[in-house]
Amino acid sequence: MDWPVPGRASAGVGAPAASTVALPLPRGIPVRSSSLPLFSDAMPAPTQLFFPLIRNCELSRIYGTACYCHHKHLCCSPPYIPQSRLRYTPHPTYATFYRPKESWWQYTQGRRYASTPQKFYLTPPQVNSILKANEYSFKVPEFDGKNVSSVLGFDSNQLPANAPIEDRRSAATCLQTRGMLLGVFDGHAGCACSQAVSERLFYYIAVSLLPHETLLEIENAVESGRALLPILQWHKHPNDYFSKEASKLYFNSLRTYWQELIDLNTGESTEIDVKEALINAFKRLDNDISLEAQVGDPNSFLNYLVLRVAFSGATACVAHVDGVDLHVANTGDSRAMLGVQEEDGSWSAVTLSNDHNAQNEREVERLKLEHPKNEAKSVVKQDRLLGLLMPFRAFGDVKFKWSIDLQKRVIESGPDQLNDNEYTKFIPPNYYTPPYLTAEPEVTYHRLRPQDKFLVLATDGLWETMHRQDVVRIVGEYLTGMHHQEPIAVGGYKVTLGQMHGLLTERRAKMSSVFEDQNAATHLIRHAVGNNEFGAVDHERLSKMLSLPEELARMYRDDITIIVVQFNSHVVGAYQKQE
Amino acid sequence: MAEVVLSQKRLAAGSTRFCAGILSTARHLTIEQKMADYSNKLYHQLEQETGIHTGYIRTGSIFLAQTQDRLISLKRINSRLNVIGIPSEIISPKKVAELHPLLNVHDLVGAMHVPEDAVVSSADVALALASAASQNGVQIYDRTTILHVMVRKGQVTGVETDKGQIQCHYFVNCAGQWAYELGLSNEEPVSIPLHACEHFYLLTRPWETPLQSNTPTIVDADGRIYIRNWQGGILSGGFEKNPKPIFTEGKNQLEIQNLQEDWDHFEPLLSSLLRRMPELETLEIMKLVNCPETFTPDMRCIMGESPSVRGYFVLAGMNSAGLSFGGGAGRYLAEWMVHGYPSESVWELDLKRFGALQSSRTFLRHRVMEVMPLLYDLKVPRWDFQTGRQLRTSPLYDRLDAQGARWMEKHGFERPKYFVPPDKDLLALEQSKTFYKPDWFEIVESEVKCCKEAVCVIDMSSFTKFEITSTGDQALEILQYLFSNDLDVPVGHIVHTGMLNEGGGYENDCSIARLSKRSFFMISPTDQQVHCWAWLKKYMPEDSNLILEDVTWKYTALNLIGPRAVDVLSELSYAPMTPDHFPSLFCKEMSVGYANGIRVMSMTHTGEPGFMLYIPIEYALHVYNEVMSVGQKYGIRNAGYYALRSLRVEKFFAFWGQDLNTLTTPLECGRESRVKLDKGMDFIGRDALLQQKQNGVYKRLTMFILDDHDTDLDLWPWWGEPIYRNGQYVGKTTSSAYGYTLERHVCLGFVHNFSEDTGEEQVVTADFINRGEYEIDIAGQRFQAKAKLYPVTSLFTHKRRKDDVELSDLHGK
Repeated sequence: MDWPVPGRASAGVGAPAASTVALPLPRGIPVRSSSLPLFSDAMPAPTQLFFPLIRNCELSRIYGTACYCHHKHLCCSPPYIPQSRLRYTPHPTYATFYRPKESWWQYTQGRRYASTPQKFYLTPPQVNSILKANEYSFKVPEFDGKNVSSVLGFDSNQLPANAPIEDRRSAATCLQTRGMLLGVFDGHAGCACSQAVSERLFYYIAVSLLPHETLLEIENAVESGRALLPILQWHKHPNDYFSKEASKLYFNSLRTYWQELIDLNTGESTEIDVKEALINAFKRLDNDISLEAQVGDPNSFLNYLVLRVAFSGATACVAHVDGVDLHVANTGDSRAMLGVQEEDGSWSAVTLSNDHNAQNEREVERLKLEHPKNEAKSVVKQDRLLGLLMPFRAFGDVKFKWSIDLQKRVIESGPDQLNDNEYTKFIPPNYYTPPYLTAEPEVTYHRLRPQDKFLVLATDGLWETMHRQDVVRIVGEYLTGMHHQEPIAVGGYKVTLGQMHGLLTERRAKMSSVFEDQNAATHLIRHAVGNNEFGAVDHERLSKMLSLPEELARMYRDDITIIVVQFNSHVVGAYQKQE
Repeated sequence: MAEVVLSQKRLAAGSTRFCAGILSTARHLTIEQKMADYSNKLYHQLEQETGIHTGYIRTGSIFLAQTQDRLISLKRINSRLNVIGIPSEIISPKKVAELHPLLNVHDLVGAMHVPEDAVVSSADVALALASAASQNGVQIYDRTTILHVMVRKGQVTGVETDKGQIQCHYFVNCAGQWAYELGLSNEEPVSIPLHACEHFYLLTRPWETPLQSNTPTIVDADGRIYIRNWQGGILSGGFEKNPKPIFTEGKNQLEIQNLQEDWDHFEPLLSSLLRRMPELETLEIMKLVNCPETFTPDMRCIMGESPSVRGYFVLAGMNSAGLSFGGGAGRYLAEWMVHGYPSESVWELDLKRFGALQSSRTFLRHRVMEVMPLLYDLKVPRWDFQTGRQLRTSPLYDRLDAQGARWMEKHGFERPKYFVPPDKDLLALEQSKTFYKPDWFEIVESEVKCCKEAVCVIDMSSFTKFEITSTGDQALEILQYLFSNDLDVPVGHIVHTGMLNEGGGYENDCSIARLSKRSFFMISPTDQQVHCWAWLKKYMPEDSNLILEDVTWKYTALNLIGPRAVDVLSELSYAPMTPDHFPSLFCKEMSVGYANGIRVMSMTHTGEPGFMLYIPIEYALHVYNEVMSVGQKYGIRNAGYYALRSLRVEKFFAFWGQDLNTLTTPLECGRESRVKLDKGMDFIGRDALLQQKQNGVYKRLTMFILDDHDTDLDLWPWWGEPIYRNGQYVGKTTSSAYGYTLERHVCLGFVHNFSEDTGEEQVVTADFINRGEYEIDIAGQRFQAKAKLYPVTSLFTHKRRKDDVELSDLHGK
């Protein structure tokens, strides 16, 4: 048996000094055993499809249970039902078809009885290669040895749980206006929508920010076939792809948008408001996604694509940084967290976005107000929109936006693949006064101060497993490196070389996980997936979590996508002084 | 004349005060060995001379080898130390344990013992030197800050300090890590490329039974540490892999206070120390000292006169060997200031090897992070810096890189070493760090073969290129005075000539083409850009009708080497290129492909037939593409500098900076024909050469062909290997290469004739050379060598037999 024994783990990692190894060993055990009934209570209720948020700490226990549950006869039901963002229960016969994760245990059960638990561990290099497969770093280029941008650069990474991953990320520099755009997008019911949003949203934002003259110039260039001004400089990982097929279609929609912006211009040159631009861009893109699906496309591939985009959904959390002006536009339940370093060197987290889900009372209130009183009970049910959808705002998801008539019409005239798909055909219950869902973002403005060191944008896959305070602390300590670990000074004490050596080796072991990563986002994922009860990375655990088979992975974690933007305190400070 | 020493704070408050006080002569460069040796002797007698206690103790030092490669490296140093009279020997681990009882020797393969190395108290040495100087009339001002150096008409006139002005003609910038900033504070900035890194060492309290004061110093380079005894305890520091550069922005503290101790940073060194001396575990820590050390871009110190300001001298950037080099470096600099030149060739340390291009703080910061660990890294032949690269490149860089070029860097310029064929494993080739046969051997062989049999193209754009023009005869006149060969040749001729100093030694070795009656095109080695410019400027009269221009950046140079170069060029230019129409050492502007105005010169710097093309950069890509496409049917391929080196060494072509320096004259390397003593006018160095011609030379550049050397199994020669004649040491090699035609290793080197009784240098005659039996010492092993004074021409030339031709010869290369 290979139970994670907390006491043993602590001896290696957690103990501050060799002399104080005696840690209260039994602490972990009662907690773990108390978690077992939680399962047995939950399991026999097949209709209850998800548990309350399972945090980091519990996860490890559940994990242990999951691996050895055949000894405990608890595997009549899967140990952890993922918090699928979208839940729907159409005809019971389709249930297994739509819930592959729940059906998994049925066909694997036999196999699991047949084989003894394998002790298969990934080696540290293997773990690293998995963690680093999608990592990307961008450093704002230095000019003459000085970086004049308020952004030093960013690190990003993602770890899939779904196959294929449904999260997307984007980062780009606005070339015709100043500023940098960064965003994470969490897709559900497939990755089509998050993919489309990740390709298109920044163009909509950039166009919304452009002054009238620039728009005119671009339009004239298109009209006369001249070379276009570049609008965005993308910073992409090789795995981040753009759809070649839809590029023309997307361009035309975008062009229509800027043509309208040109036409709408009243002549008086008004200062462009970033907040308004962000809101407009979000709404416009969602509108275009919806329209494209209604209009269709003669090319059958594209036709299917635009429908898939519209019928799947995505949340978006986008940051726009220009000098000291930081805007965060959020739609859904991804989160933007600012890392602030206090004067004493400690770290604190400042949330710059509100989650749009049932935990946000204002959102629940908003939904209830937007619909007739008699729907008050059905519009948010079991903490989900219409009892189905976790995020209360999202791109796509036309099932929650279009009228029933429109949905039926589009599906009937659509391709067979769409028609065969039960999910798309299924109409949410209590669907009386659409739309129930919007892509309109909530925009937060923050003026950067020198103590604001970094911004973490991440999908809920991270926030589910880690507390925001821990996230900020881990990134902060990673970015400042060793320096923050209290430096050792001998000053006056009698210390032998041997004692000092022991102390240093221990400190190094603590820091070694930091040195393994060149990327703050990777480092954060390492912690999110591998943290043990004491907040230290446990290689064994990390190895197990990463070696889960594809069909199992989603049961223990969600897709995680992280962007860590580092700010340039010198430049931010200089801005402050100027004023 | 008064001599004044100014110090910003207290004297010797810099890193020298903190330095570990280890005086070690085991250095890689001979000039460094000599400096350290002089320092050793100077400090030894200092106490006697001044009565100030310097803490000088002759402890000896032991350099440990954990690997065979390290031992080879030590053996090479050992050979060189012995021939300049510094005793040293390679010893076994067992002997190490006898010399130092506390050492763990289980992981050692050997060591080098240098018994005369010493330890001192560096602050006391500085005091003793200062007091000796005071006694001789030098005034010393403490706590005086230099604001800037005053310069008029390119000559130092004085120093402005916070306490007033001092008039002077000579100024020496010895400001250590402040030297960079001080150099830039002038109106005419002096660029001194150096950068500081934090450096840590540990002091312990004494042992219960204090360590003997004569316990030898230990250098465990594989463990990155040094250990010396210190007041009964030990002092140990090292050069870590991840140095911490400091003061990049120049925000310097006025006095080096002890910077923060960083134990976590020191941890790897401490582990290494405890592995080496396990018994230290119980020893009590006194403190961890953090004192910045200054490093230079090439790990060698910086001395000499500024190229732009006369009288402005520099001595700085000691790469943490300030104490070892101080005495000797001071001596050479003093000679330089008094006589105009030092008694040894110090080109390797000369400030003028750098230019403003090495002055970027970003470059220096990145480079010193590589240099500091390098101090204790294994130094293998043909090593290239990895940081601060791709600064200057030819317009063909990307093209060549895509074709598999591997690059080396000279004076910031990227030059191809060789081209990895597409089918070779690229990863394996990066591991070519060996003292034995390198893995590019076959690659270079095929490039050389192609040069011999078909045609190759080498991008040689890095060469320094000057143009000298005048309205009248001024250009010719000044060049005739500065160069030893006769430059009054018909237009279109190229002359190989030396730019000599008063002693007849080579300041520069170049090729000069006479473009017209009044303009000359001068090609010199890459690293001559600053030095040669300064030399010319020094002698050229202030005359607006005489123009010197640096056109290095304007031309891309392609070297077409090989018997088929003629065919390629004539096809591209529709002009006959045969020797009748285009004799050797001839220069003509012509069109190549569509591009007009290409300077074509019939020389290759290797002794092989072929042409140099000097192409205005905007045509570079076109000409290259044309040459490659037309050349295809002649079997053209790219080649790199390793092939060039093999070709030129085999043909006994000496290169300045490697074989030739300021102390070697044309007569000493068989270049009488390049000196026209009776060209009808005086030139610099003529008197010295006349005298030498009369008296004979005291050393002679000789080519050695290794006889019993197994290329596959034996250690390869590099440079600096001692040469023995009839068992007697006679000199050192200066460069070497494998000659693919001779199928032997070839070394070039100078042969001296030391009197057996007095050791005095005597005349070297051709007869003396020819009648000797020679051996070359490679890391302690001697190989027989044949000495040649003239290149071996057709003796070994490889003729391909008819039946050897195979189908693959028909493939394009």
